[in-house]
Amino acid sequence: MSTSPRPYRLLRNLNAKIASVPMILTALVIFVGGTAWTVFYSFTDSKLLPRLRFVGLDQYERLWSTGRWLTSIENLLIYGVLTLIFSLVIGFLLAVLLDQKIRFEDTFRTIFLYPFALSFIVTGLVWQWILNPEFGVQNVVRSLGFTEFVFDPLYDPDIVIYGVLIAGLWQGTGLIMCLMLAGLRGIDEDIWKAARIDGIPTWKTYIFIIIPMMRPVFVTTLVIIMSGIVKVYDLVVAQTGGGPGNASEVPAKYVYDFMFAAQNLGQGFAASTMMLLSVVIIVVPWAYLEFGGKRRG
Amino acid sequence: MNSVKLALGLLASVALPSVACATDLEVTHWWTSGGEAAAVAELAKAFDATGNKWVDGAIAGSGDTARPIMVSRITGGDPMAATQFNHGRQAQELVEAGLMRDFTELAAKEGWADIVNPPSLLANCTLDGKIYCVPVNIHSWQWLWLSNKAFADAGVPVPTNWDEFVAAAPALEAKGITPLAMGQQAWQNAGAFNVLMVAVGGRDLFMKVYGDKDEAVAGGAELGPVFKAIDDARKMAANSKVQDWNQATNMVITGQAGGQIMGDWAQGEFQIAGQVAGTDYTCLPGLGMNEIISTGGDAFYFPVLSDPEASAAQEVLASTMMAQATQVAFNLKKGSLPVRGDIDLSTANDCMQKGLEILAAGNVIQGSDELISPDTTTQINDLMSEFFNDPAITVEDAQARFADIIATAE
Amino acid sequence: MADLTKGPRGAKPRKILSRRNIMLYGILFVISVYYLLPLYVMVVTSLKGMPEIRLGNIFSPPVEITFQPWVKAWAQACTGLNCDGLSRGFWNSVQITVPSVILSIAVAAVNGYALSLWKFRGAETFFAILIVGAFIPYQVMIYPIVIILREIGIYGTLWGLVLVHTIFGMPILTLLFRNYFSSVPEELFKAARVDGAGFWGIFLRIMVPMSLPIFVVALILQVTGIWNDFLFGVIYTRPDTYPMTVQLNNIVNSVQGVKEYNVNMAATLLTGLVPLIIYFISGKLFVRGIAAGAVKG
Repeated sequence: MSTSPRPYRLLRNLNAKIASVPMILTALVIFVGGTAWTVFYSFTDSKLLPRLRFVGLDQYERLWSTGRWLTSIENLLIYGVLTLIFSLVIGFLLAVLLDQKIRFEDTFRTIFLYPFALSFIVTGLVWQWILNPEFGVQNVVRSLGFTEFVFDPLYDPDIVIYGVLIAGLWQGTGLIMCLMLAGLRGIDEDIWKAARIDGIPTWKTYIFIIIPMMRPVFVTTLVIIMSGIVKVYDLVVAQTGGGPGNASEVPAKYVYDFMFAAQNLGQGFAASTMMLLSVVIIVVPWAYLEFGGKRRG
Repeated sequence: MNSVKLALGLLASVALPSVACATDLEVTHWWTSGGEAAAVAELAKAFDATGNKWVDGAIAGSGDTARPIMVSRITGGDPMAATQFNHGRQAQELVEAGLMRDFTELAAKEGWADIVNPPSLLANCTLDGKIYCVPVNIHSWQWLWLSNKAFADAGVPVPTNWDEFVAAAPALEAKGITPLAMGQQAWQNAGAFNVLMVAVGGRDLFMKVYGDKDEAVAGGAELGPVFKAIDDARKMAANSKVQDWNQATNMVITGQAGGQIMGDWAQGEFQIAGQVAGTDYTCLPGLGMNEIISTGGDAFYFPVLSDPEASAAQEVLASTMMAQATQVAFNLKKGSLPVRGDIDLSTANDCMQKGLEILAAGNVIQGSDELISPDTTTQINDLMSEFFNDPAITVEDAQARFADIIATAE
Repeated sequence: MADLTKGPRGAKPRKILSRRNIMLYGILFVISVYYLLPLYVMVVTSLKGMPEIRLGNIFSPPVEITFQPWVKAWAQACTGLNCDGLSRGFWNSVQITVPSVILSIAVAAVNGYALSLWKFRGAETFFAILIVGAFIPYQVMIYPIVIILREIGIYGTLWGLVLVHTIFGMPILTLLFRNYFSSVPEELFKAARVDGAGFWGIFLRIMVPMSLPIFVVALILQVTGIWNDFLFGVIYTRPDTYPMTVQLNNIVNSVQGVKEYNVNMAATLLTGLVPLIIYFISGKLFVRGIAAGAVKG
């Protein structure tokens, strides 16, 4: 469906332009301006306060030779890929389950969605506790007689990031399910009827007909999930504090710690510039295809 | 700016931050543990007694959470009236940017230069001959806190130094007691390392590493025993799974752990728990090896305010903090040592008396906060946190990485 | 998504006790347990005394129910010198959340409307920037925004904070509204234009009334995000307007000897109560909204 602009005169679309002023200001002043400012100062040796003393690429050289940064990147990749896959799959499957004309749909939906009402800080704390070997799951299973049972993901550097993942999925999948459900409900009944008449199995209908039709929903969902992944910070701070050691460090935490705790703004800005750069490389071409240029709505 | 506020306020009739009454001073700090809060209450009480009002702006979660908030407030042009910083290098740039008040006159009038001991405390507040902060206490890191109960349970005498403590570790472990309590936060790991450097290696070594930033020493054989000690500490703390320092202290208080390397602020926790130095717990300054303590500490900085009445009140607050009575009351609660040399602390307990004696004898050392930048501190924190949590990192690896950090330290 | 019609669309319902139904409800039940477990742990823990927590396992129900932790969390827990618990920040949180939610949703709805139905040259570019902005970690923007707020002269005021929430809510909300309005049947829009309705007329009289479901989704996102926000609340306001999460952080992070898990959990639940209630209420609206949105275009 095309709602492309007719050649209204400047004046006749003036309202839309005026209405968009907050958006334009935000885009230009905050996002472009703030980003440019950050990139600019990443070439300085700013400490506690921004200052203009340029040091070239020194901050970047140091960044890429810091073990903690490399660990952060690795963790983000693991956490990101798994979160993306599991959020989409679980979210979609839950939505499909709830879309089966079941009883108590309200109840189930509320159960899946409520964790989203709790902040990451809270999520991190609760799961830190459930996964705590002294009180949590490990203790309970041991008290059932399995005395050798070991389940302490938050204290094992090799798997701690999966402990964070469990908590992250618990908190976030409900919202994804809701968006998917809204998408499923937006599909015309006739599609289902037609598929049924043609004798297409239900699962095939979902994969080949319904999912492609839900494209806008998937786009929204992807943006929500991915932006959440890049920004993951509070959850890690609350659940593991980046530990044990630096096994669950993430880039946003590196940025924050260096900007404020280490009072090395330049280093923090360099790290955030790298984050921005990777976002730009991944998101911009896609955003351009999806939202830029002349496109259907 | 006020007219904008007013207009917006009328527009929406939502309560805006009320313009503070002239003598209300907002003070931000990150003292929220039991002992710390009790100590702050003493400062507030003393200030309130001057007819002004202390508005408490505590932010929990250690300085790393609180500092960005404080710096943002100050640079954002909406400063608090006074704020805690560890003195030394943390606030230097804010001072240089002219955002902090100069207390040189008040200091001269009250003769701070004569009463503050050791003088390095005031020197740390001084930039270009002007005094910008008020030191309130002396904190020393170099303490080993031992649980008498834990050692009684294990059937071994309470150690008198670090080596004996290490030797006693198997006996403790045999009784299911964690020998060394250690919170899993990076600053605690690094703190223990720095303490061991002074205790095992001595003052000169410490100064060569952090004062001169001598890379060769940092990577050399002289530091070997220190790394051996931190390796022992790592093994002894392997079963300690708490996060916060005072949770670790609590393990010592309850006898679940044999001891803890922690600064003198741990004292406040023992006190709140009703423990008596000497009978319930034992403290070993310098870990019983080299009785030297560092003299870092907390200081309050006073951002420049536009309101003259608030500015006047700031001076009252500064003066109150330095007053003898406040110093006694505050430091007794906090477990730290007063910044004035002319105070009678006969009411202080055993441990504080020991600290005072060491201080009087001049066996002091600058804190690492004063010698290295927060940036270097963070790097050392990261290294030590990794070292403590990953037994696969060898002592040699750790030392090589430490030498690298010192090589680029500022 | 415009012709959202009468509820679930899955396969037709069959006998109540069919094998399919048993499987369906079985799966839903198992998943529900995973989602409910942390809530259960929180509630149970908050009703126990500390000695019981030390001894028992975290999943066992309280032997002796006590409401003391709740009382303490709400009215007595200390932060520094202030010992009035969460109650201190509750009203502040309301004062922050209400205007922030209203303003951010209003701005984003207008943005999405202009972007989907009143496109003008360059609009999509600004939108693409906005989407990339969704990926910027908040921490990076702290200093630029401090500077901007200082220059406007609203640093430290409630309005400064409202502005910040509006800005950071904009990308995702705008995306939601844009996608939603894009799927409005074009005939509806054209008919309204023929009738002489203008930009605001169509928006207020046609678009808003048929957009309840998406407003509910936006409401859920914003109430949660803003109510749970700690970083902005603590940086861009002053102590007398600190939101509840600051007290929560203070309660959870100021350990006085032993960690009082029961008080922490009670504080957590109390802080999460408002978003939770909104969910329970709007969850129904969500469904009703979808049904009501079925004004066939």
